Amino acid sequence: MERVKCECGHVNPPGTILCEACGKILDPNEEKKLIIDMRYEGAARRSQTYNRTIIDKIWNFFSSVKVGVVLIVLALIASAIGTILPQEMNTTMNVPPKQYYEENYGVFGRIYYLLGFHDLYRSTWYILLIAAIGVSLTICSIDRALPLYKALKRQRITRHNSFMKRQRLFNEGTVENWDDQINTVSERMRQKKYRVLTESGNLFAEKGRFSRWGPYINHIGLIIVLIGAMFRFAPGMYVNEMLWIKEGETKAIPGTDQRYYLTNHEFIVEVYDESDREVYREALEKRGKIIKNFQTNVTLYEAEGEVLPGEDPQLKEIKKGEIRVNHPLRFEHFGLYQASYLLNELSAMTFQLVKKETEEVIGELTIDLENPEKRYDLGKGYIVEILAYFPDVEFKDGELRTKSPNPNNPAFAFQIRSPEHPEGERSVVFIQETLEPLGENDYKLVFKEVDTVNYSGLMVRKDRTLGLIAFGGAIFLFGVILGSFWQHRRIWIKWDGGKLLVSAHTNKNWYGFMKEIETILADTDVPIPIDRGGGLDKPERANKGGDVNGSTK
Amino acid sequence: MVKKRRLVIRTVVLIILLAAIGYTIYANIAGGSAGIPRAGDMAPDFVLRDLDGKEYRLSDYRGKGVFLNFWGTYCEPCKDEMPAMDRQYQIYRDRGVEILAVNVGESEIAIQKFIDQYDLSFPVVIDETGDVQKAYGIYPLPATFLIDSEGKIVDYIEGRMDDRDIQAYMERIKP
Repeated sequence: MERVKCECGHVNPPGTILCEACGKILDPNEEKKLIIDMRYEGAARRSQTYNRTIIDKIWNFFSSVKVGVVLIVLALIASAIGTILPQEMNTTMNVPPKQYYEENYGVFGRIYYLLGFHDLYRSTWYILLIAAIGVSLTICSIDRALPLYKALKRQRITRHNSFMKRQRLFNEGTVENWDDQINTVSERMRQKKYRVLTESGNLFAEKGRFSRWGPYINHIGLIIVLIGAMFRFAPGMYVNEMLWIKEGETKAIPGTDQRYYLTNHEFIVEVYDESDREVYREALEKRGKIIKNFQTNVTLYEAEGEVLPGEDPQLKEIKKGEIRVNHPLRFEHFGLYQASYLLNELSAMTFQLVKKETEEVIGELTIDLENPEKRYDLGKGYIVEILAYFPDVEFKDGELRTKSPNPNNPAFAFQIRSPEHPEGERSVVFIQETLEPLGENDYKLVFKEVDTVNYSGLMVRKDRTLGLIAFGGAIFLFGVILGSFWQHRRIWIKWDGGKLLVSAHTNKNWYGFMKEIETILADTDVPIPIDRGGGLDKPERANKGGDVNGSTK
Repeated sequence: MVKKRRLVIRTVVLIILLAAIGYTIYANIAGGSAGIPRAGDMAPDFVLRDLDGKEYRLSDYRGKGVFLNFWGTYCEPCKDEMPAMDRQYQIYRDRGVEILAVNVGESEIAIQKFIDQYDLSFPVVIDETGDVQKAYGIYPLPATFLIDSEGKIVDYIEGRMDDRDIQAYMERIKP
């Protein structure tokens, strides 16, 4: 394609529909319309004009708004499918994810896993899809913003009659003394904040051109948000881990490379009760227990020097703190959030050694279920030994064994030594039951009580991309505001040998624009333009480019 | 001229976009297994104690192959493979391959009983805090890392192994 020289003398890029300078219709197809399509000012969208190299082909593909919309719809569908089954990171599984999805959701779960829907945000194809949206956004914007900018910069005061007559707002009429009135009209336009230029009896008034950049500014905002999301993958920028810590325990905080440690002193659950304000009473009667507070009292430590996994760290206290819902403990760029809890997990069991005959209590032993002692000496020749310990007992294949290392259902094999039986008596103790496999014993262990412990589930969060994402969001909103609350309004008046042609264009709010023009032209001989829109060649559509308010993105 | 410049600009923009996407995909794949070392990576160093309190540090084994096995008394395949490991250990300990069996943090009683029951002679250390398991990103059990004499992970094996498997693995990390 060749560059097009207009009769006004301006040389336009190939593919131009309306001359950038005077507005003359250069595309024969456009000439058939009653009202011209003012999208992108009739400028040549570059994407559509070159199609030679592979680079151009890729460029043209992404330059299409249709492609962009399809990509967005695909991303929407994929994201929707991603909500059908729980995401891997939101489930607690004891088996590999593949097995987990297959066992719980059958064939569908298997396909779901294979396609990467179980961890959607990290699956390569999903990232590629989002990236493609970013590419589309960038290229679409470049391809539209630049020609639009040039066309708006190059527009002349005097426009071609074919341009004037095919505007949606248009009128013509004979005017006797235009020379006397042109100053009045200009002055009124200036009062309305128009920039007014005149040239041998022709007039051009424009305001609010900046609002045309709104959509592109909000695309820049979106691209910044995507860059922020990209940085999440960079090391040290983003941590999102769960820390389960029981009362009394000190653990390394995940995501800190064994640098920070945390002690959970106490986990507290508070509910509303009578001591609270009277206004709550009715709600409490209706609902019963209502949680008032979840809180973990902690101390944060920093390890001195580098600590290897498994090594005992030298800890230096940094601070004490209370972690409540929405009140995280902050350090460096990390935040520890109260996210979950487990109450009353077994931690220790207390037994009494009883002589069956007399029901006499000989002594007591408390067994730590995490790591029981081998031997409990109760004095006077009474010794209880643990021969075997099953924290989560089950009976399978003719033997006792443990299902897991967690003390969910503990059982013990004891050897009870007493002055009468220095060799000991064998006793197997379950939570509900005692077995004496080697015959009736003289002594028994009677379950007395359990100690329980609470676990606090803390979310370990670090997100150094938030600033950038917020910045992108602010730019986005700024673009929306520019595009939404201001309109680009233009009025042309052309002196055509005794006749006056008046036309006007805006990108939205035609009604308000008409009212403004009526005020400006009141009491003058200038014919007031007539709105020929609404039916005639679908002008609304013609004026609803993707560039108006960014709503298509 | 204009066309040429346009092609250059388009190429540059596409290269920048491609680089950003390439980096994201790479970082996602690398970061997806962040801290989870696999074949080709250096084995993360650690210090753990056995039942007697004796310290074992992985980096002290430089110059020897290390057969690093994670296990639990509740893990059924472990009951089969631990005795097999012990048999191979008798042969390969003299050929420069050591076994370190990391228990996932059970009670001493349970571990001692298991060691006695299967008469294990290689060192068994206990990862009480779970930090080493986290550093190696293991689940489920059993999980085995083959580490060469330079401290590099040669392979990662999930699941049950028999004598022949173990022998083949030992051969691969023999210095």
